[in-house]
Amino acid sequence: MSVIIEKLNHIYDKGTPYETKSLDDVTLEIKKGEFVAIIGHTGSGKSTLIQHLNGLIKPSSGKILVNEFDVTAEKAKMTDVRKKVGLVFQYPEYQLFEETIAKDIAFGPENLGLPSKQVEARVREAMALVGLDYDELGEKSPFELSGGQKRRVAIAGVLAMKPDVLILDEPTAGLDPKGRDEILMQIKALHAENKNTVILVSHSMEDVAKLAERLFVMNKGQLVLSGSPAEIFKEADYLEEIGLGVPQVVKLSNALKAKGVLIEKEIVTVEDAKEELMSLLRRK
Amino acid sequence: MLRDITIGQYYPVDSKIHRLDPRVKILVSFMYLISLFIVEDIRVFGFVTIFLIGIIKMSKVPVNYILKGLKPIFLIIIFAFTINLFMTPGDPIFHYGILTITIQGVYQALFMVLRLVYLIIGTSLLTLTTSPIALTDGIEHLLTPYKRIGLPAHELAMMMTIALRFIPTLLEETDKIMKAQMARGADFESGNVFRRAKALIPLLVPLFISAFRRADELAMAMEARCYRGGENRTRMKVLKYEQRDLFAAVFFSGYMLVLIGMRFVL
Repeated sequence: MSVIIEKLNHIYDKGTPYETKSLDDVTLEIKKGEFVAIIGHTGSGKSTLIQHLNGLIKPSSGKILVNEFDVTAEKAKMTDVRKKVGLVFQYPEYQLFEETIAKDIAFGPENLGLPSKQVEARVREAMALVGLDYDELGEKSPFELSGGQKRRVAIAGVLAMKPDVLILDEPTAGLDPKGRDEILMQIKALHAENKNTVILVSHSMEDVAKLAERLFVMNKGQLVLSGSPAEIFKEADYLEEIGLGVPQVVKLSNALKAKGVLIEKEIVTVEDAKEELMSLLRRK
Repeated sequence: MLRDITIGQYYPVDSKIHRLDPRVKILVSFMYLISLFIVEDIRVFGFVTIFLIGIIKMSKVPVNYILKGLKPIFLIIIFAFTINLFMTPGDPIFHYGILTITIQGVYQALFMVLRLVYLIIGTSLLTLTTSPIALTDGIEHLLTPYKRIGLPAHELAMMMTIALRFIPTLLEETDKIMKAQMARGADFESGNVFRRAKALIPLLVPLFISAFRRADELAMAMEARCYRGGENRTRMKVLKYEQRDLFAAVFFSGYMLVLIGMRFVL
Protein backbone atom coordinates (compact mmCIF):
# COMPACT_ATOMS: atom_id res chain seq x y z
CA MET A 1 0.00 0.00 0.00
CA SER A 2 1.89 3.04 -1.08
CA VAL A 3 0.96 6.46 0.16
CA ILE A 4 1.52 9.44 -2.08
CA ILE A 5 0.94 12.99 -0.90
CA GLU A 6 1.05 15.72 -3.49
CA LYS A 7 1.26 19.44 -2.77
CA LEU A 8 -0.98 19.26 0.25
CA ASN A 9 -2.10 22.56 1.78
CA HIS A 10 -4.33 23.13 4.74
CA ILE A 11 -5.55 26.36 6.29
CA TYR A 12 -7.37 26.33 9.62
CA ASP A 13 -10.19 28.79 10.41
CA LYS A 14 -9.98 30.61 7.12
CA GLY A 15 -11.20 34.19 7.37
CA THR A 16 -11.01 34.55 11.16
CA PRO A 17 -8.28 36.09 13.30
CA TYR A 18 -7.26 32.55 14.20
CA GLU A 19 -6.41 31.71 10.60
CA THR A 20 -3.26 29.59 10.41
CA LYS A 21 -1.61 27.79 7.56
CA SER A 22 -0.94 24.41 9.11
CA LEU A 23 0.28 22.57 6.02
CA ASP A 24 2.31 24.26 3.34
CA ASP A 25 2.86 22.39 0.07
CA VAL A 26 3.71 19.01 1.56
CA THR A 27 4.77 16.39 -0.97
CA LEU A 28 6.02 12.96 0.03
CA GLU A 29 5.84 9.29 -0.87
CA ILE A 30 5.78 6.24 1.38
CA LYS A 31 6.39 2.84 -0.16
CA LYS A 32 4.45 -0.30 0.56
CA GLY A 33 5.53 -2.04 3.75
CA GLU A 34 7.80 0.78 4.82
CA PHE A 35 8.17 1.88 8.43
CA VAL A 36 8.46 5.64 8.42
CA ALA A 37 8.30 8.32 11.06
CA ILE A 38 7.10 11.88 10.91
CA ILE A 39 8.82 14.12 13.39
CA GLY A 40 8.35 17.74 14.26
CA HIS A 41 7.96 20.14 17.10
CA THR A 42 4.53 20.79 18.65
CA GLY A 43 2.43 22.67 16.12
CA SER A 44 4.58 21.68 13.14
CA GLY A 45 1.56 20.22 11.35
CA LYS A 46 2.26 16.52 11.79
CA SER A 47 -1.07 15.70 13.42
CA THR A 48 -2.93 17.69 10.76
CA LEU A 49 -1.05 15.81 8.06
CA ILE A 50 -1.98 12.35 9.31
CA GLN A 51 -5.63 13.26 9.80
CA HIS A 52 -5.73 14.02 6.10
CA LEU A 53 -4.55 10.50 5.36
CA ASN A 54 -7.79 8.87 6.40
CA GLY A 55 -10.08 11.61 5.28
CA LEU A 56 -10.90 13.13 8.69
CA ILE A 57 -9.80 16.52 7.41
CA LYS A 58 -10.21 17.67 3.85
CA PRO A 59 -7.28 19.57 2.41
CA SER A 60 -7.54 23.17 1.21
CA SER A 61 -5.71 21.97 -1.89
CA GLY A 62 -3.61 19.01 -2.95
CA LYS A 63 -4.07 15.30 -3.33
CA ILE A 64 -3.48 12.11 -1.36
CA LEU A 65 -3.38 8.69 -2.99
CA VAL A 66 -3.45 5.59 -0.81
CA ASN A 67 -2.63 2.74 -3.15
CA GLU A 68 -4.02 4.68 -6.10
CA PHE A 69 -7.23 5.39 -4.19
CA ASP A 70 -7.86 9.13 -3.96
CA VAL A 71 -8.67 9.85 -0.31
CA THR A 72 -9.26 13.53 -0.94
CA ALA A 73 -11.86 13.03 -3.67
CA GLU A 74 -15.29 14.47 -2.95
CA LYS A 75 -16.99 11.13 -3.57
CA ALA A 76 -14.51 8.88 -1.76
CA LYS A 77 -16.38 6.46 0.48
CA MET A 78 -15.08 7.04 3.97
CA THR A 79 -15.68 3.47 5.14
CA ASP A 80 -13.37 2.27 2.36
CA VAL A 81 -10.75 4.82 3.33
CA ARG A 82 -10.86 3.83 6.99
CA LYS A 83 -10.60 0.15 6.15
CA LYS A 84 -7.33 0.95 4.40
CA VAL A 85 -5.88 3.49 6.80
CA GLY A 86 -6.02 2.92 10.56
CA LEU A 87 -5.28 5.90 12.75
CA VAL A 88 -4.42 5.68 16.43
CA PHE A 89 -4.82 9.12 17.95
CA GLN A 90 -2.74 10.74 20.63
CA TYR A 91 -3.85 9.57 24.09
CA PRO A 92 -6.21 7.03 22.48
CA GLU A 93 -7.25 5.69 25.89
CA TYR A 94 -9.63 8.66 26.20
CA GLN A 95 -11.82 7.27 23.43
CA LEU A 96 -12.71 4.02 25.28
CA PHE A 97 -16.40 3.79 26.04
CA GLU A 98 -17.68 0.22 26.19
CA GLU A 99 -18.53 -1.89 29.23
CA THR A 100 -15.93 -4.51 28.43
CA ILE A 101 -12.57 -4.48 26.76
CA ALA A 102 -13.61 -7.04 24.16
CA LYS A 103 -16.68 -4.99 23.19
CA ASP A 104 -14.59 -1.86 22.86
CA ILE A 105 -12.08 -3.50 20.56
CA ALA A 106 -14.96 -5.00 18.56
CA PHE A 107 -16.36 -1.53 17.81
CA GLY A 108 -14.14 -1.00 14.76
CA PRO A 109 -14.59 -4.41 13.11
CA GLU A 110 -18.34 -4.25 13.76
CA ASN A 111 -18.51 -0.91 12.00
CA LEU A 112 -16.87 -2.61 9.04
CA GLY A 113 -19.89 -4.92 8.94
CA LEU A 114 -18.07 -8.17 9.69
CA PRO A 115 -20.02 -11.22 10.97
CA SER A 116 -19.79 -11.71 14.73
CA LYS A 117 -17.65 -14.87 14.51
CA GLN A 118 -15.03 -13.00 12.55
CA VAL A 119 -15.25 -10.01 14.86
CA GLU A 120 -14.48 -12.18 17.86
CA ALA A 121 -11.54 -13.79 16.09
CA ARG A 122 -10.18 -10.36 15.25
CA VAL A 123 -10.59 -9.12 18.80
CA ARG A 124 -8.64 -12.11 20.13
CA GLU A 125 -5.95 -11.58 17.56
CA ALA A 126 -5.65 -7.84 18.19
CA MET A 127 -5.45 -8.33 21.96
CA ALA A 128 -2.71 -10.92 21.51
CA LEU A 129 -0.81 -8.48 19.28
CA VAL A 130 -0.65 -5.86 22.02
CA GLY A 131 0.08 -8.41 24.72
CA LEU A 132 -3.28 -8.60 26.46
CA ASP A 133 -4.92 -11.89 27.39
CA TYR A 134 -8.43 -12.24 25.98
CA ASP A 135 -9.62 -14.86 28.47
CA GLU A 136 -8.32 -12.94 31.45
CA LEU A 137 -9.22 -9.36 30.46
CA GLY A 138 -11.80 -9.60 27.69
CA GLU A 139 -14.81 -9.28 30.00
CA LYS A 140 -13.29 -6.62 32.27
CA SER A 141 -14.15 -2.94 32.09
CA PRO A 142 -11.52 -0.90 30.26
CA PHE A 143 -11.76 1.71 33.00
CA GLU A 144 -10.26 -0.69 35.56
CA LEU A 145 -6.96 -0.86 33.70
CA SER A 146 -3.78 1.15 34.18
CA GLY A 147 -2.95 3.96 31.76
CA GLY A 148 -0.52 1.87 29.71
CA GLN A 149 -2.93 -1.02 29.44
CA LYS A 150 -5.80 1.26 28.44
CA ARG A 151 -3.64 2.57 25.66
CA ARG A 152 -2.98 -0.96 24.44
CA VAL A 153 -6.70 -1.65 24.37
CA ALA A 154 -7.19 1.46 22.27
CA ILE A 155 -4.40 0.47 19.88
CA ALA A 156 -5.90 -3.02 19.62
CA GLY A 157 -9.19 -1.35 18.69
CA VAL A 158 -7.56 -0.01 15.54
CA LEU A 159 -5.46 -3.11 14.85
CA ALA A 160 -8.63 -5.22 14.87
CA MET A 161 -9.69 -3.39 11.72
CA LYS A 162 -6.56 -4.75 10.01
CA PRO A 163 -5.62 -1.58 8.19
CA ASP A 164 -3.04 -1.76 5.40
CA VAL A 165 -1.55 1.49 6.58
CA LEU A 166 -1.24 1.95 10.33
CA ILE A 167 -0.67 5.45 11.66
CA LEU A 168 0.22 6.06 15.29
CA ASP A 169 0.22 9.59 16.67
CA GLU A 170 2.63 9.82 19.60
CA PRO A 171 1.78 6.33 20.86
CA THR A 172 4.16 6.63 23.79
CA ALA A 173 3.24 10.11 25.04
CA GLY A 174 2.82 10.17 28.79
CA LEU A 175 3.93 6.58 29.39
CA ASP A 176 6.69 5.51 31.75
CA PRO A 177 9.95 4.27 30.14
CA LYS A 178 8.98 0.61 30.55
CA GLY A 179 5.53 1.11 29.02
CA ARG A 180 7.08 3.13 26.22
CA ASP A 181 9.61 0.46 25.30
CA GLU A 182 6.98 -2.26 25.41
CA ILE A 183 4.63 -0.43 23.09
CA LEU A 184 7.41 0.45 20.66
CA MET A 185 8.70 -3.11 20.57
CA GLN A 186 5.20 -4.41 19.93
CA ILE A 187 4.76 -1.99 17.06
CA LYS A 188 8.08 -3.09 15.63
CA ALA A 189 7.22 -6.78 15.96
CA LEU A 190 3.85 -6.11 14.39
CA HIS A 191 5.45 -4.47 11.38
CA ALA A 192 7.97 -7.29 11.01
CA GLU A 193 5.18 -9.85 11.08
CA ASN A 194 2.45 -8.24 8.98
CA LYS A 195 4.62 -6.23 6.58
CA ASN A 196 2.07 -3.44 6.60
CA THR A 197 2.96 0.19 6.15
CA VAL A 198 3.50 1.96 9.47
CA ILE A 199 3.66 5.70 10.00
CA LEU A 200 4.83 6.75 13.43
CA VAL A 201 4.39 10.33 14.54
CA SER A 202 6.70 11.41 17.29
CA HIS A 203 8.89 14.15 18.59
CA SER A 204 11.26 11.77 20.29
CA MET A 205 14.35 11.25 18.15
CA GLU A 206 15.41 8.33 20.35
CA ASP A 207 12.18 6.47 19.56
CA VAL A 208 12.20 7.01 15.82
CA ALA A 209 15.90 6.23 15.46
CA LYS A 210 15.28 2.77 16.86
CA LEU A 211 12.33 1.96 14.62
CA ALA A 212 11.92 3.90 11.42
CA GLU A 213 13.56 3.19 8.08
CA ARG A 214 12.90 6.68 6.85
CA LEU A 215 12.16 9.98 8.56
CA PHE A 216 10.19 13.01 7.49
CA VAL A 217 10.92 16.18 9.42
CA MET A 218 8.20 18.83 9.61
CA ASN A 219 8.63 22.43 10.64
CA LYS A 220 5.93 25.13 10.58
CA GLY A 221 3.74 23.17 8.20
CA GLN A 222 6.48 22.37 5.75
CA LEU A 223 8.34 19.17 5.04
CA VAL A 224 11.92 20.30 5.60
CA LEU A 225 13.97 17.08 5.58
CA SER A 226 13.47 13.48 4.53
CA GLY A 227 15.78 10.48 4.46
CA SER A 228 17.17 7.64 6.54
CA PRO A 229 17.82 8.34 10.23
CA ALA A 230 21.58 8.43 9.58
CA GLU A 231 21.14 11.00 6.81
CA ILE A 232 18.82 13.13 8.89
CA PHE A 233 21.02 13.09 11.96
CA LYS A 234 23.87 14.56 9.95
CA GLU A 235 21.92 17.80 10.08
CA ALA A 236 22.24 17.96 13.85
CA ASP A 237 22.65 21.75 13.93
CA TYR A 238 19.56 22.39 11.83
CA LEU A 239 17.50 19.97 13.91
CA GLU A 240 18.55 21.80 17.07
CA GLU A 241 17.51 25.03 15.44
CA ILE A 242 13.95 23.84 14.83
CA GLY A 243 13.72 22.52 18.36
CA LEU A 244 14.25 18.81 17.75
CA GLY A 245 17.86 17.79 18.34
CA VAL A 246 19.39 14.36 17.73
CA PRO A 247 19.60 11.29 19.98
CA GLN A 248 22.22 11.48 22.71
CA VAL A 249 24.26 8.71 21.17
CA VAL A 250 24.46 10.58 17.85
CA LYS A 251 25.66 13.63 19.76
CA LEU A 252 28.30 11.45 21.36
CA SER A 253 29.53 10.04 18.08
CA ASN A 254 29.62 13.50 16.52
CA ALA A 255 31.67 14.75 19.46
CA LEU A 256 34.06 11.80 19.13
CA LYS A 257 34.46 12.46 15.40
CA ALA A 258 35.23 16.08 16.12
CA LYS A 259 37.96 14.91 18.51
CA GLY A 260 39.48 12.83 15.74
CA VAL A 261 38.26 9.38 16.74
CA LEU A 262 37.87 7.25 13.63
CA ILE A 263 34.22 6.30 13.54
CA GLU A 264 33.36 4.75 10.21
CA LYS A 265 29.84 3.41 10.64
CA GLU A 266 26.72 5.53 10.71
CA ILE A 267 25.61 5.61 14.31
CA VAL A 268 21.91 5.97 15.01
CA THR A 269 21.11 3.79 18.00
CA VAL A 270 22.88 2.78 21.18
CA GLU A 271 23.39 -0.68 19.67
CA ASP A 272 25.24 0.79 16.67
CA ALA A 273 27.44 2.80 18.96
CA LYS A 274 28.23 -0.20 21.13
CA GLU A 275 29.33 -2.32 18.18
CA GLU A 276 31.36 0.41 16.57
CA LEU A 277 33.14 1.35 19.77
CA MET A 278 33.85 -2.31 20.59
CA SER A 279 35.38 -2.90 17.18
CA LEU A 280 37.33 0.33 17.48
CA LEU A 281 38.82 -0.83 20.78
CA ARG A 282 39.61 -4.23 19.31
CA ARG A 283 41.37 -2.69 16.33
CA LYS A 284 43.65 -0.76 18.60
CA MET B 1 -18.44 21.84 12.00
CA LEU B 2 -18.07 22.22 15.76
CA ARG B 3 -15.73 25.09 15.20
CA ASP B 4 -18.71 26.99 13.86
CA ILE B 5 -20.31 27.49 17.26
CA THR B 6 -19.59 31.08 18.18
CA ILE B 7 -22.03 31.59 21.06
CA GLY B 8 -20.09 32.50 24.17
CA GLN B 9 -16.84 32.94 22.27
CA TYR B 10 -14.55 35.94 22.53
CA TYR B 11 -13.34 37.64 19.36
CA PRO B 12 -9.97 39.20 20.18
CA VAL B 13 -9.62 42.52 18.39
CA ASP B 14 -9.26 46.03 19.77
CA SER B 15 -12.26 48.28 19.28
CA LYS B 16 -14.27 50.98 21.01
CA ILE B 17 -16.81 48.36 22.06
CA HIS B 18 -14.13 45.99 23.34
CA ARG B 19 -12.69 48.71 25.55
CA LEU B 20 -15.98 49.57 27.26
CA ASP B 21 -16.38 48.66 30.90
CA PRO B 22 -17.91 45.17 31.13
CA ARG B 23 -20.50 46.40 33.66
CA VAL B 24 -21.78 48.93 31.16
CA LYS B 25 -21.88 46.32 28.44
CA ILE B 26 -23.77 43.85 30.61
CA LEU B 27 -26.35 46.42 31.68
CA VAL B 28 -26.74 47.71 28.14
CA SER B 29 -27.17 44.17 26.79
CA PHE B 30 -29.75 43.48 29.45
CA MET B 31 -31.67 46.64 28.59
CA TYR B 32 -31.33 45.79 24.92
CA LEU B 33 -33.06 42.44 25.55
CA ILE B 34 -35.90 44.27 27.25
CA SER B 35 -36.01 46.79 24.41
CA LEU B 36 -36.71 44.01 21.93
CA PHE B 37 -39.86 43.22 23.86
CA ILE B 38 -40.95 46.84 23.86
CA VAL B 39 -41.12 46.73 20.08
CA GLU B 40 -44.65 45.99 18.90
CA ASP B 41 -44.49 47.25 15.36
CA ILE B 42 -42.36 45.50 12.77
CA ARG B 43 -41.26 48.85 11.28
CA VAL B 44 -39.46 49.68 14.53
CA PHE B 45 -37.10 46.77 13.82
CA GLY B 46 -35.77 48.93 11.01
CA PHE B 47 -34.46 51.31 13.63
CA VAL B 48 -33.08 48.44 15.74
CA THR B 49 -31.31 47.12 12.62
CA ILE B 50 -29.58 50.45 12.04
CA PHE B 51 -28.56 50.55 15.69
CA LEU B 52 -27.20 46.97 15.56
CA ILE B 53 -25.29 47.55 12.31
CA GLY B 54 -23.69 50.61 13.87
CA ILE B 55 -22.60 48.66 16.93
CA ILE B 56 -21.29 45.75 14.85
CA LYS B 57 -19.29 48.15 12.66
CA MET B 58 -17.79 49.75 15.76
CA SER B 59 -16.97 46.37 17.31
CA LYS B 60 -14.84 45.32 14.29
CA VAL B 61 -16.23 41.77 14.51
CA PRO B 62 -16.91 40.50 10.96
CA VAL B 63 -20.63 40.21 10.21
CA ASN B 64 -20.12 36.69 8.81
CA TYR B 65 -18.65 35.60 12.10
CA ILE B 66 -21.66 36.86 14.01
CA LEU B 67 -24.11 35.31 11.57
CA LYS B 68 -22.34 31.97 11.95
CA GLY B 69 -23.45 32.09 15.57
CA LEU B 70 -27.05 31.78 14.38
CA LYS B 71 -26.43 28.37 12.85
CA PRO B 72 -27.00 26.31 16.00
CA ILE B 73 -30.39 27.95 16.60
CA PHE B 74 -31.42 27.73 12.97
CA LEU B 75 -33.87 24.92 13.77
CA ILE B 76 -35.50 26.93 16.54
CA ILE B 77 -35.90 29.88 14.18
CA ILE B 78 -37.52 27.70 11.52
CA PHE B 79 -39.78 26.18 14.17
CA ALA B 80 -40.89 29.56 15.49
CA PHE B 81 -41.50 30.77 11.96
CA THR B 82 -43.65 27.78 10.94
CA ILE B 83 -45.71 27.71 14.12
CA ASN B 84 -46.52 31.41 13.87
CA LEU B 85 -47.13 31.21 10.15
CA PHE B 86 -49.80 28.52 10.38
CA MET B 87 -51.23 29.03 13.85
CA THR B 88 -52.14 32.72 13.81
CA PRO B 89 -55.85 33.32 13.24
CA GLY B 90 -56.91 36.13 10.90
CA ASP B 91 -57.62 36.83 7.22
CA PRO B 92 -56.56 33.80 5.13
CA ILE B 93 -54.43 34.45 2.05
CA PHE B 94 -53.50 30.84 1.33
CA HIS B 95 -55.37 27.63 1.97
CA TYR B 96 -54.35 24.00 1.45
CA GLY B 97 -55.97 21.09 3.29
CA ILE B 98 -55.77 21.83 6.99
CA LEU B 99 -53.04 24.42 6.44
CA THR B 100 -54.06 28.04 6.39
CA ILE B 101 -51.76 31.02 6.14
CA THR B 102 -53.17 34.32 7.24
CA ILE B 103 -51.81 37.79 6.60
CA GLN B 104 -51.48 38.23 10.35
CA GLY B 105 -49.58 34.91 10.42
CA VAL B 106 -46.98 36.09 7.92
CA TYR B 107 -46.54 39.30 9.88
CA GLN B 108 -46.33 37.48 13.20
CA ALA B 109 -43.86 34.89 11.85
CA LEU B 110 -41.50 37.54 10.46
CA PHE B 111 -41.83 39.50 13.67
CA MET B 112 -40.90 36.51 15.86
CA VAL B 113 -37.95 35.53 13.67
CA LEU B 114 -36.57 39.07 13.74
CA ARG B 115 -36.96 39.20 17.50
CA LEU B 116 -35.19 35.86 17.96
CA VAL B 117 -32.37 36.70 15.57
CA TYR B 118 -31.80 40.10 17.17
CA LEU B 119 -31.83 38.54 20.62
CA ILE B 120 -29.03 36.18 19.63
CA ILE B 121 -27.02 38.78 17.73
CA GLY B 122 -27.23 41.29 20.57
CA THR B 123 -26.24 38.86 23.27
CA SER B 124 -23.47 37.26 21.24
CA LEU B 125 -22.05 40.75 20.69
CA LEU B 126 -21.61 40.97 24.45
CA THR B 127 -19.56 37.79 24.66
CA LEU B 128 -17.74 38.45 21.38
CA THR B 129 -16.44 41.79 22.60
CA THR B 130 -15.86 40.98 26.27
CA SER B 131 -13.24 38.50 27.42
CA PRO B 132 -14.63 35.88 29.81
CA ILE B 133 -12.57 37.28 32.67
CA ALA B 134 -13.86 40.82 32.13
CA LEU B 135 -17.38 39.48 31.80
CA THR B 136 -17.34 37.65 35.11
CA ASP B 137 -15.60 40.56 36.80
CA GLY B 138 -18.46 42.72 35.64
CA ILE B 139 -21.11 40.26 36.80
CA GLU B 140 -19.46 39.91 40.17
CA HIS B 141 -19.42 43.69 40.64
CA LEU B 142 -23.02 44.04 39.60
CA LEU B 143 -24.09 41.30 41.99
CA THR B 144 -22.07 42.54 44.97
CA PRO B 145 -24.91 44.63 46.46
CA TYR B 146 -26.97 41.44 46.73
CA LYS B 147 -24.34 39.75 48.86
CA ARG B 148 -26.05 41.19 51.93
CA ILE B 149 -29.11 39.09 51.25
CA GLY B 150 -26.92 36.00 50.97
CA LEU B 151 -26.24 35.85 47.24
CA PRO B 152 -22.86 34.15 46.65
CA ALA B 153 -21.74 36.69 44.04
CA HIS B 154 -18.13 35.62 43.78
CA GLU B 155 -18.94 31.93 43.59
CA LEU B 156 -21.55 32.50 40.88
CA ALA B 157 -19.12 34.59 38.89
CA MET B 158 -16.39 31.99 39.28
CA MET B 159 -18.73 29.24 38.10
CA MET B 160 -19.59 31.29 35.05
CA THR B 161 -15.95 31.96 34.21
CA ILE B 162 -15.18 28.28 34.43
CA ALA B 163 -18.20 27.33 32.34
CA LEU B 164 -17.31 29.85 29.62
CA ARG B 165 -13.67 28.91 29.79
CA PHE B 166 -14.49 25.27 29.11
CA ILE B 167 -16.77 25.73 26.11
CA PRO B 168 -13.90 25.76 23.62
CA THR B 169 -12.02 23.05 25.50
CA LEU B 170 -14.97 20.70 25.48
CA LEU B 171 -15.72 21.48 21.84
CA GLU B 172 -12.16 20.62 20.98
CA GLU B 173 -12.43 17.45 23.01
CA THR B 174 -15.68 16.51 21.27
CA ASP B 175 -14.03 17.08 17.93
CA LYS B 176 -11.11 14.89 18.90
CA ILE B 177 -13.20 12.00 20.22
CA MET B 178 -15.50 12.22 17.22
CA LYS B 179 -12.55 11.93 14.89
CA ALA B 180 -11.07 9.08 16.89
CA GLN B 181 -14.35 7.15 16.69
CA MET B 182 -14.77 8.02 13.02
CA ALA B 183 -11.31 6.58 12.46
CA ARG B 184 -12.75 3.38 13.93
CA GLY B 185 -15.58 3.48 11.45
CA ALA B 186 -18.23 5.25 13.56
CA ASP B 187 -20.87 7.05 11.53
CA PHE B 188 -22.51 10.08 13.14
CA GLU B 189 -24.28 11.38 10.09
CA SER B 190 -26.53 8.75 8.56
CA GLY B 191 -29.45 6.60 9.71
CA ASN B 192 -32.71 7.47 11.43
CA VAL B 193 -33.08 9.33 14.72
CA PHE B 194 -32.84 6.16 16.79
CA ARG B 195 -29.67 5.00 15.07
CA ARG B 196 -28.12 8.41 15.33
CA ALA B 197 -28.86 8.66 19.03
CA LYS B 198 -27.24 5.28 19.53
CA ALA B 199 -24.25 6.37 17.50
CA LEU B 200 -23.68 9.15 20.03
CA ILE B 201 -22.84 6.74 22.87
CA PRO B 202 -19.21 6.27 21.78
CA LEU B 203 -18.93 10.05 21.79
CA LEU B 204 -20.80 10.93 24.98
CA VAL B 205 -19.29 8.35 27.33
CA PRO B 206 -15.68 9.45 26.77
CA LEU B 207 -16.77 13.07 26.79
CA PHE B 208 -18.47 12.76 30.19
CA ILE B 209 -15.50 10.94 31.62
CA SER B 210 -13.14 13.60 30.38
CA ALA B 211 -15.36 16.43 31.64
CA PHE B 212 -15.32 14.92 35.13
CA ARG B 213 -11.59 14.33 34.92
CA ARG B 214 -11.02 17.93 33.92
CA ALA B 215 -13.24 19.23 36.70
CA ASP B 216 -11.32 17.13 39.19
CA GLU B 217 -7.97 18.33 37.91
CA LEU B 218 -9.09 21.95 37.95
CA ALA B 219 -10.34 21.67 41.51
CA MET B 220 -7.02 20.16 42.51
CA ALA B 221 -5.06 22.91 40.75
CA MET B 222 -7.15 25.62 42.42
CA GLU B 223 -6.68 24.00 45.80
CA ALA B 224 -2.94 23.72 45.21
CA ARG B 225 -2.85 27.47 44.68
CA CYS B 226 -4.81 28.07 47.88
CA TYR B 227 -8.00 29.28 46.26
CA ARG B 228 -10.60 29.89 48.94
CA GLY B 229 -13.31 32.06 47.46
CA GLY B 230 -13.81 35.77 47.18
CA GLU B 231 -13.19 37.12 50.65
CA ASN B 232 -10.33 39.61 50.77
CA ARG B 233 -9.18 38.78 47.27
CA THR B 234 -7.69 41.74 45.45
CA ARG B 235 -7.65 42.12 41.68
CA MET B 236 -4.94 42.72 39.19
CA LYS B 237 -7.22 44.83 37.03
CA VAL B 238 -9.62 47.02 38.98
CA LEU B 239 -12.71 48.05 37.03
CA LYS B 240 -13.06 51.79 36.61
CA TYR B 241 -15.68 53.77 34.71
CA GLU B 242 -14.20 56.01 32.01
CA GLN B 243 -15.66 58.82 30.00
CA ARG B 244 -16.44 56.51 27.09
CA ASP B 245 -18.63 54.44 29.42
CA LEU B 246 -20.68 57.50 30.26
CA PHE B 247 -20.94 58.28 26.58
CA ALA B 248 -22.10 54.73 25.81
CA ALA B 249 -24.72 54.91 28.55
CA VAL B 250 -26.07 58.23 27.23
CA PHE B 251 -26.06 56.93 23.66
CA PHE B 252 -27.95 53.82 24.64
CA SER B 253 -30.46 55.78 26.71
CA GLY B 254 -31.15 57.74 23.54
CA TYR B 255 -31.85 54.48 21.71
CA MET B 256 -34.23 53.36 24.46
CA LEU B 257 -36.05 56.69 24.43
CA VAL B 258 -36.53 56.51 20.66
CA LEU B 259 -37.95 52.99 20.98
CA ILE B 260 -40.36 54.01 23.72
CA GLY B 261 -41.30 57.11 21.77
CA MET B 262 -42.03 55.04 18.66
CA ARG B 263 -44.35 52.87 20.67
CA PHE B 264 -46.54 55.87 21.28
CA VAL B 265 -46.26 57.33 17.81
CA LEU B 266 -46.81 54.24 15.66
